[in-house]
Amino acid sequence: MALTDEQLERYSRHIILKEIGAKGQKKLLNAKVLIIGAGGLGAPAAMYLAAAGVGTIGIADADVVDLSNLQRQIIHSTADIGKPKVESARETMNAMNPDVNVITYHDFVSASNVRELVRDYDFILDGTDNFPAKFLINDACVLEGKPFSHAGIIRFKGQLMTYVPGRGPCYRCVFKNPPPKDAVPTCKQAGVIGAMGGVIGSLQAMEAVKYITGVGELLTGWLLTYDAIKMEFHKVKLPADTHACPVCGDHPTILEPIDYEQAACDLKR
Amino acid sequence: MKITVSGVTKEVNDGLTLPDLIELENVETPQYVTVSVNEEFVEGEARETGRLKDGDVVEFLYFMGGGR
Repeated sequence: MALTDEQLERYSRHIILKEIGAKGQKKLLNAKVLIIGAGGLGAPAAMYLAAAGVGTIGIADADVVDLSNLQRQIIHSTADIGKPKVESARETMNAMNPDVNVITYHDFVSASNVRELVRDYDFILDGTDNFPAKFLINDACVLEGKPFSHAGIIRFKGQLMTYVPGRGPCYRCVFKNPPPKDAVPTCKQAGVIGAMGGVIGSLQAMEAVKYITGVGELLTGWLLTYDAIKMEFHKVKLPADTHACPVCGDHPTILEPIDYEQAACDLKR
Repeated sequence: MKITVSGVTKEVNDGLTLPDLIELENVETPQYVTVSVNEEFVEGEARETGRLKDGDVVEFLYFMGGGR
């Protein structure tokens, strides 16, 4: 399908890039990206992906907008307090770009629904705030053969890595199992600088756009960390050997996603 | 000897063990930190007793659970 005049104008700064062009823009318009968590990471990621013209964006979050979210979750406004985050996110994305078909899931992601959820999408972004959810998304994506971007943020630090089936380690290869509840501080206990979600969430959007358009090198086989205090990015090469991983290895023992005990940043309001 | 820790090359005592380095670097909640030496994960007994060699490249991979 040819791009309309309006699309040619809207996406002109993409189309002029030799790496993207009209061909790459059409790929974006035909792509389906799922964002799990409409918060610190998901908010900027969703806005950049909507602005970029990703044709279908799924967004999953069971929560409603709270005043304490607005220090960082820039997709929501003061007037949205009390509204489901997925609704507020949909309104912001469609106000910016009516081309985007936003599909909302106002629900918790769990072992019972996660595989079905990711199955419909080309690329998944983990914007969740707790380890059980991060392992759940990893395992579901590995089991469904889906690429995804992992990210985590806390205080003045952030990290991300990209998993693409058959092209390097998964999150579980690196981190094995969720830490026990309360063993590692959460954002609510430890705090997080607002712009960190912007930095790391935008990098997740960048990985999604690159995956869809086939441009450049992805963070597969690497963990990128960012320390805002030192103002340093550090790229850690991950071991290439994934054979022993219990989910993506040669003899997997994890054959279904697991519901671990929940220890979220801010489960209760 | 010289080793590289989290991208920074530094001089340390010969025969330094991983637990020594973890203490030296003030690694937070070390039991939940993944360690790699020369792009291989160090686990189990090697993690408790392993001695570092000149030129080793050590990385600490921290859990970061936040995001919303």
